Amino acid sequence: MDTVTTPQSSMPAGGPAQAHGPRLAGDLAIWFFILAELLAFGVFFAAYAFARAKNIELFAAEQAALNRNAGALNTVLLLTASYFVVRAVQAAEAQASRQCANWLGGAIVTGFGFIIVKLTEYAAAFEHNISLSSSTFHMFYLSLTFFHFMHVILGLVILIAMWNGARQGRYRPGDMNGLETGAAYWHMVDLVWLILFPLVYVIH
Amino acid sequence: MSARMHGTPKGSTLLFATLILATIATWGMGSLGVTGTWGVAILAAISFWKGAVVILDFMALRHAPLLWRAITMGWIIVVWALITIAYIKGLAQ
Repeated sequence: MDTVTTPQSSMPAGGPAQAHGPRLAGDLAIWFFILAELLAFGVFFAAYAFARAKNIELFAAEQAALNRNAGALNTVLLLTASYFVVRAVQAAEAQASRQCANWLGGAIVTGFGFIIVKLTEYAAAFEHNISLSSSTFHMFYLSLTFFHFMHVILGLVILIAMWNGARQGRYRPGDMNGLETGAAYWHMVDLVWLILFPLVYVIH
Repeated sequence: MSARMHGTPKGSTLLFATLILATIATWGMGSLGVTGTWGVAILAAISFWKGAVVILDFMALRHAPLLWRAITMGWIIVVWALITIAYIKGLAQ
């Protein structure tokens, strides 16, 4: 006997939150991974802040040479990608797979924009012989931003996999776990940058 | 439908627009060379608010169990508290 499954009856993932009480969006495992990542970045941020407190003049002088415009542009690019990912999840909730794929495509393009801007910034730094060993500030600047850069690359791989899934109509109400899991990771990458940018590029 | 887990397109567009404006404000303060305790307090407050929007609305933790919301919001509070303590310590040097 066939059973008819309505979107309402298969709602747990991606359905209205109040229908089944509070729940985490995406896989539980990704949230433990996100917590581990946040902890690592948190330690890094604190280490930078306390190292700066002991070398205020050095940090201020070398921070002034950073390309703050590139940092701000990258913030806009990451926020835009995050917004596009939110819209992709909303489209999947509305059973609009094509729009979901399009929004994810937009997020991929803006994510690659971040990569290009960051590589340009690194190229300029290396031209000026800046390296991990050139100063305490540069050690933090390069290691912090490169650690984050690697996360953006992994995030892009995940976004591309989700884009491919969306094109095949894989995500719909009741079957959004994969999409929500990848989206949570991408937002974590954005969240970390929202602290990194003012801390490393602006506050002096 | 009493609440959508991932918000509405209109709501998230509005949040996105305010996040961009906040980013422009941060960039502007940096370009103008704003510094000092109050300047840093404003920069920290803007960054904290942006992080809270990403955590609660984009990551949809507003609809998550309280423990997860507390852990993630606790993370951003602790990180900014440590940065603030370090900044104050730097002023005393």
